[in-house]
Amino acid sequence: MTILKRGLSRRRVLQTGLAGIIGTGISPMIFSRGAWAQEFCNNPTGDTVTFGLNLPLTGAYAEEGADEQKAYELAIKHLNGEGDGGLISVLTPTALKGNGVLGKKVTFVTSDSQTKSDVARAGATRMIERDGAIMITGGSSSGEAIAVQGLCQELGVIFMAGLTHSNDTTGKDKRRYGFRHFFNAYQSGVGLAPVLAEAYGADRRAYHLTADYTWGWTQEESIKNATEALGWQTVEAVRTPLGAADFSQYLTPILNSGADVLILNHYGTDMVNSLTQAVQFGMRDRQANGKDFQIVTPLISELMAKGAGENVKGVYGTSNWHWNLQDPGTIAFTKSFGAAYGSPPSQAAHTAYVQALLYADAVERAGTFYPPEVIKALEGFEFDGMGNGPTLYRAEDHQCIKNVLVVQGNESPTSEFDVLNIVQEIPREDVAYDPAMFGGELGPAEPVPMCA
Amino acid sequence: MFDVIFLQFLNGLDKGAAYALIALGLTLVFGTLGVVNFAHGALFMLGAFCAVMFRQFLTMETITIDPEKLSPWGSPLEIREPLVQAWFGDFGAVLVNYSVPASIIITIPIMLIVGIALERGIIKHFYKRPHAEQILVTFGLAIVAQELIKAFFGPNPIPQPMPTDLRGAADIGAWLGMQAGVITYPIWRLVYFLFSAAIIGAVFAFLQFTTFGMVVRAGMADRETVGLLGINIDRRFTIMFGLAAVVAGMAGVMYTPLLPPNYHIGMDFLVLSFVVVVVGGMGSLPGAVAAGFLLGILQSFASMTQVKDLIPGIDQIIIYLVAVVILLVRPRGLFGRRGVMEA
Repeated sequence: MTILKRGLSRRRVLQTGLAGIIGTGISPMIFSRGAWAQEFCNNPTGDTVTFGLNLPLTGAYAEEGADEQKAYELAIKHLNGEGDGGLISVLTPTALKGNGVLGKKVTFVTSDSQTKSDVARAGATRMIERDGAIMITGGSSSGEAIAVQGLCQELGVIFMAGLTHSNDTTGKDKRRYGFRHFFNAYQSGVGLAPVLAEAYGADRRAYHLTADYTWGWTQEESIKNATEALGWQTVEAVRTPLGAADFSQYLTPILNSGADVLILNHYGTDMVNSLTQAVQFGMRDRQANGKDFQIVTPLISELMAKGAGENVKGVYGTSNWHWNLQDPGTIAFTKSFGAAYGSPPSQAAHTAYVQALLYADAVERAGTFYPPEVIKALEGFEFDGMGNGPTLYRAEDHQCIKNVLVVQGNESPTSEFDVLNIVQEIPREDVAYDPAMFGGELGPAEPVPMCA
Repeated sequence: MFDVIFLQFLNGLDKGAAYALIALGLTLVFGTLGVVNFAHGALFMLGAFCAVMFRQFLTMETITIDPEKLSPWGSPLEIREPLVQAWFGDFGAVLVNYSVPASIIITIPIMLIVGIALERGIIKHFYKRPHAEQILVTFGLAIVAQELIKAFFGPNPIPQPMPTDLRGAADIGAWLGMQAGVITYPIWRLVYFLFSAAIIGAVFAFLQFTTFGMVVRAGMADRETVGLLGINIDRRFTIMFGLAAVVAGMAGVMYTPLLPPNYHIGMDFLVLSFVVVVVGGMGSLPGAVAAGFLLGILQSFASMTQVKDLIPGIDQIIIYLVAVVILLVRPRGLFGRRGVMEA
């Protein structure tokens, strides 16, 4: 009654109500279709777009981190149309034009993750919330990768993982916003075990030293399963702290344990130290059970092989990629990286470079930075030309399925870079597996959470 | 089982030797100057980098470009020739091979100068200040030293090869008349243990059998009375600080083939060594050595699978657990004296 007293008629009330309903309810559906472009975290509005590089520049995996940074900087140059273009010209199919991403120049910010999960997460948070990073990439440890991709899922920012090899990254801890190009521990085991059985026989007794975190656990499990399936026995599996440096107290019990193979589930500086110290303990000169004692490093890189020097000669392992492959993608990347930095790229550098390009390509194909559309563009994407043969970014778990390399320390290197030989290239069909095998849920792409 | 226990014991001796050597230097400084020196780990690290610098000098190379050969990425190939070997021939090659032990020659004067400069320049101003302030200033010094090394040498460990003759393992079992190949141990680790034992013995002999050492011991017991006798005890204590720096530096040099040094190596050892000093008893030299070996051996045995199966994670906490137990039973540590740090 009061309203009517102020001169509002019944007709006026109905008109106002109708306008309110249209304004709050219907009009968004009519006018804002496609307006999601403005409704997500760090939507780039200027003429630049920022990538967040989360790199372990100190700690046990620092060398890999430094090489990743070089690769990202090179990839960003190529994306912006500078340099020789690198792999842009050999990626098939590609939507990249060498003029940035969707016409915006790519810039980057970095954070030192110190090879620590909590620091990696804090660094990623800072790059997203303070620096406006549209995408986070990098890392050389699965602990970091899992921590950061969980954060990225919460904030609605895509995470293109760097070097992470744990089954959990695209298994029980997989996330819709996380993508991995690198291979995993299961694939290492499946690829490596037959080569080991052929080289060392089916009657072997293995002793594992394992880095005590997610990657080490899954690698130990995968290698144990694969070797035991071929007839090997596992004598003992001992966990060692990440960054332990001196492994001597863990090595002495191996000497008379009855084992004739030592499997080092270590990476980075840890692997260099444990392998070097194992050789100092005379393990490669020993006989056990009437056989030559052997050392195996299931995951190995050129950087680690270089650090271990002579100790790595003849030691078997697996790699995601090697600069000595002879496909056009590998040749183009090695040439580009070598000319820029004076050394061939490591597998960490390769996966970092490829991830940066794949993200940019997905954005170009999607025609937007809106994460759910970019995720759709990456899921199930089949591509070639990046040095690993035909590769599928599997939609079910965001794991790249591609060939895996079995490598061996070079007995007679011709240069300081010629430290690993490719023994076998395992076809991707042989290392593919059921995406449900390691559990986990990707989670939703939408509704898109907001970062701030 | 004897071989397993004997090997773990050897490993404990070798670990304990490193702890004892660093803890000895810490205790020398605390016993003479009364300073809790958190920069002592940094002195260990600086010693290790003396070995790195010496090797970098010995392995300097001339770089020539060979336009006819190409690198794997298509650039003209760089041909590197070692300079020192070109100058000195075979002697140069021997020098490069033995670069780690040879670097002790430059480490002793460098660390002596660093130690004395540190004491005269900064630490002497904190003698009469509370221990908390001493810890803060020396910890700050350690961080500065770390960051300087990181700026010059980068964050990554720099491997230092041991001499080729001392690589591989010694068959200790065969030496003791047992079956060959059962008890083997890395030669360099045995060298490190013997080196540490010699340094520890030399420090004790110096303090026990020389007039200088006698005065220092008297000063440690009663500084004021020694001063009243007309002896410049401050100067002797300064020299002792320099000596402690030399001991830490040499320990760092000889450790480099076992653990490639990086800027953080000193801090990693410092924490453990402080526990060693506290367990041994603040200011007690025999306590530092005994506790160093005790904790090294216990840490080694705690890493055995049989022990870890009984108490998971014991290898990570054993040192601190033992420290807690000893301090509960003997609050002054194993060899601690009444009145030290109790004011």
